[in-house]
Amino acid sequence: MIKQISLFLENKKGRLAHVCRVLGDAGINIRALSLADTADFGVLRLIVDDPARTNSVLSENGFVASITDVMAIQVPDVPGGLAAALEKMDKAGLDVEYMYAFIGTASQDALVIIRVDSIEGAVEIMEGCGINVLKEEQVYSL
Amino acid sequence: MYWNKPYECMPREQLQTLQLKRLQKIVEKVFHNVPFYRQKLQEVGFELGDIKTLADIKKLPFTTKQDLRDNYPFGMFSLPMSEIVRVHVSSGTTGKPTVVGYTRGDINNWSEVMARTLTCGGATKNSIVQVAFGYGLFTGGLGAHYGAEKIGASVIPISGGNTKRQLMLMEDFGTTVLACTPSYAIYLAEAVEEAGIDLSKLKLKHGIFGAEPWSERMRMEIEKRLGIKAIDIYGLSEVIGPGVASECQEQNGLHVFEDHFIPEIIDPQTGDPMPCGEKGELVFTTITKEGIPVIRYRTRDISILNDEECPCGRTHIRMHKVMGRTDDMLIIRGVNVFPSQIESALLEIGDTQPHYLLIVDRKGSMDELEIQVEVSREMFSDKVKGLEGLEAKIKHQIESQLGLTAKIKLVEPHSIPRSEGKAVRVIDKRKI
Repeated sequence: MIKQISLFLENKKGRLAHVCRVLGDAGINIRALSLADTADFGVLRLIVDDPARTNSVLSENGFVASITDVMAIQVPDVPGGLAAALEKMDKAGLDVEYMYAFIGTASQDALVIIRVDSIEGAVEIMEGCGINVLKEEQVYSL
Repeated sequence: MYWNKPYECMPREQLQTLQLKRLQKIVEKVFHNVPFYRQKLQEVGFELGDIKTLADIKKLPFTTKQDLRDNYPFGMFSLPMSEIVRVHVSSGTTGKPTVVGYTRGDINNWSEVMARTLTCGGATKNSIVQVAFGYGLFTGGLGAHYGAEKIGASVIPISGGNTKRQLMLMEDFGTTVLACTPSYAIYLAEAVEEAGIDLSKLKLKHGIFGAEPWSERMRMEIEKRLGIKAIDIYGLSEVIGPGVASECQEQNGLHVFEDHFIPEIIDPQTGDPMPCGEKGELVFTTITKEGIPVIRYRTRDISILNDEECPCGRTHIRMHKVMGRTDDMLIIRGVNVFPSQIESALLEIGDTQPHYLLIVDRKGSMDELEIQVEVSREMFSDKVKGLEGLEAKIKHQIESQLGLTAKIKLVEPHSIPRSEGKAVRVIDKRKI
């Protein structure tokens, strides 16, 4: 399972830069990132090369962070590639809580990080549908 | 204009004789009927008969809000529930509120002092009085209602809120007297302007306003924008509700209805009585109350007593418009709020002690409360939905416990300033 770092940020000038600086100074490399925002606050979601250490670095620096299990799947980087994968999830009755995608540098495919509620079952279902679910090492070392 | 000239203008010597007689009687009554008072009086070695002059009042122990809370709900009542015809409830600092009970006689006396209050404010039997204080457990609505009925005015018991309807009835019924909180009066004035209602079409002449602190500047604004004379009234449920004191048309201090309540000013630190003209904490002893008499009740309100003669002819002593509090109680839209109440509401959300900050501001005319809450690890969710749900839950908790709508803002840990390790709990930006 992929460990995602989730982090509370106030919607205030300079907060995002600050957290990125803290991680940079600690030598942590961000692999993927998504920011969900409301009028007052945001939730920053990060895929990093070392989730456990990132979590402790953030805590030491006074941030509220948690580790969330997410799923990373590989979809063909072609028009309709993501649609096909999501349709399969739909059919299997999997609800996407949130997701974000990025183009991998190591392969021709696109990578999608997906947060679902029952992640164990989800991985099996996705694999059953013929979708490639990535292992932790594959994602952290992208 | 007086409601009850013989009492309101009673020569002071005669008034003091009456006060002494009533004080002796009430002390005797609570000594016999209320175990709490008997114990307290015995502890200080007080004996019946020790009150020989009015100055002897200082021999009596104080009563506090905490005492009422400790004896929740009816422990401080001096008579059995069969004699109580109504209860009112005021917000407590944590958990349990304070409860007061009224006998039929108390309701009559309360109507009497509110009749005086309304008359002080300019109301007569020909007035149409719109009572926009909240009706219910809060004493404001029903207090003003009974007073207005007593003088024979026509009462519109509209209660608070629903501004559009307030304006419609005000215009259609020809309201002449408005009774509400001062901030709601300004809100109504704004609504009148926004609706494009010509002031000359309204018949408003007088306003009696209270239940929250307000300034001379606010008074001028209300008077100008509503075209009325605005009168400050004072009261608290523990003493009787509104009707403890009221300004007269001189608008220079509030006459305490001394044939029912004996006011004192004390040093809030030492408890020592202070002379007229000095600023301190207001203390009241009820000398006619039957259901729940209070002996030297500490209001926590800061004021000054003035025993100079008033041109209006009333002989009752005047208290200065309340100048502040000795504790951390805030009055927001007429609701008493203690930071500790917010704290206990927050504690019911998470397991750990939350760090929070109350920011009170007056936007336009209405008080607004923002509660900033530092997000803790256990409160945090990676889903926005989860965090918004948390905000809604806190909002609901505050609403159901305090009856107050607040804006909830989640903030990062350690973002709320702490001084000497203790968080600053309140920022009051209101310029009253």
